[in-house]
Amino acid sequence: MCLAVPGRVLDIGEKDGTRMATVDFGGVVKEVCLEYLPDLQVGEYAIVHVGFALQRLDEESAKQTLELFAQLGMLQEEFGDPWERAAAEAGAGDGDWPFADDIAQQPHTGDAVQEAQQQ
Amino acid sequence: MKYIEEFQDPELARRLLDDIHATVTRPWALMEVCGGQTHTIIRHGIDQLLPEQVELIHGPGCPVCVTPLEVIDKALEIASRPGVIFCSFGDMLRVPGTGRDLFQVRSEGGDVRVVYSPLDALRIAQQNPAREVVFFGIGFETTAPPNAMTVHQAKKLGIPNFSLLVSHVRVPPAIEAIMTSPSCRVQAFLAAGHVCSVMGMGEYPELAARHRVPIVVTGFEPLDILEGVRRAVRQLERGEHTVDNAYARAVRPEGNPAALAMLEDVFEVTDRAWRGIGVIPASGWRLSARYRDYDAEHRFSVTGIATQEPAECRSGEVLQGLIKPHECEAFGTTCTPRTPLGATMVSSEGACAAYYLYRRLDLAPARTAPLEASPVV
Repeated sequence: MCLAVPGRVLDIGEKDGTRMATVDFGGVVKEVCLEYLPDLQVGEYAIVHVGFALQRLDEESAKQTLELFAQLGMLQEEFGDPWERAAAEAGAGDGDWPFADDIAQQPHTGDAVQEAQQQ
Repeated sequence: MKYIEEFQDPELARRLLDDIHATVTRPWALMEVCGGQTHTIIRHGIDQLLPEQVELIHGPGCPVCVTPLEVIDKALEIASRPGVIFCSFGDMLRVPGTGRDLFQVRSEGGDVRVVYSPLDALRIAQQNPAREVVFFGIGFETTAPPNAMTVHQAKKLGIPNFSLLVSHVRVPPAIEAIMTSPSCRVQAFLAAGHVCSVMGMGEYPELAARHRVPIVVTGFEPLDILEGVRRAVRQLERGEHTVDNAYARAVRPEGNPAALAMLEDVFEVTDRAWRGIGVIPASGWRLSARYRDYDAEHRFSVTGIATQEPAECRSGEVLQGLIKPHECEAFGTTCTPRTPLGATMVSSEGACAAYYLYRRLDLAPARTAPLEASPVV
């Protein structure tokens, strides 16, 4: 319930005197209130929670963070202790990073909820 | 967002893990505050990839789990009244009150409806002027602004048959309560990113300084969690204790000013009981005097409710990070998502549900009783 998800603004309008948008969440389109981000524009991304856009997603910051992550390895290779690194890889690096489907099941949204919504 | 897949990149994860492994020299205990982060950690096995010295303790950041039993019972009471349409987020349907849940109320004839947004509940009120429509307003600082806006709209549009059953909670007082507990083992916090998207980071520097505890604002993708851990461990190893924003793509230091202004207008800070934990001073919100007419507790005068927690449920200890879910005797035996004793097992953000759902039973002590065939609720 508390989880907010990123979505992309498709178009913007007004309803009951309130600024509203249709937002695309990777194929699922929902109506979202823009009162807390009134200057959000079509094509931009925002973190959306229970039908409200709460914060703009800054692509530049995302890019910088990913670049930092990418640089970490290079910096370590340049300045780090190769023995320490080898030991660390021996401890953690069996290539079995578990983003595999066998572990990651769909998080339960609850049959009860789906049932309730269908009724 | 086009970067979502990249925030799950295994190669970048490996680099972050390498850095954490290379940095850590002694044991550290970190608490992730948000239940959404707990699910990312368990789902992706992040806790198992970290060095043995880094322990992740699961915090109380599941709004469904910490909603007091008394409030659940009030919801059940109001939802049972004739003429009421009771609207809630889906997660609340099977949270056990004293003896029953909202799902049972519905099966007994109560008009309980699941909505995606509180604005949907307001729409139902507009469409059913002869009925009383009540929305179950629980949640942390992420959920409070949408609920505040909905009450504001009800007043602005003059919708008299809408009210809110309010039980909002705030993260910083919970951090304060955890740090001042005699049994506290937490040495650093991964703060909940979306809470900070709304509130900003202004409440944290004083907490970090006073308790000498690093607080790293952290997102929800696997790489976000690893980066939060990496920054927290770096601070701990260096003896630092500052507030650090590792989720800059969604968190501005000032938060969301429009949302903060609405919270200030609609709510006022109050002491709040947390399920399984007890009363934490100034840890919640209630409707301010200007919006008292929209308070369902006043409108329906729900008082004198006797509550009773199941004795064998240890969710309070789980919520405080004192035990892991599988250390509870009832876990996976008398308590499952189908027959939950406590909210931590039924909530989609609950720590017990995460351990059950992702079959993290390898960690559990030897257990003879079989689990249910399907872990899905």
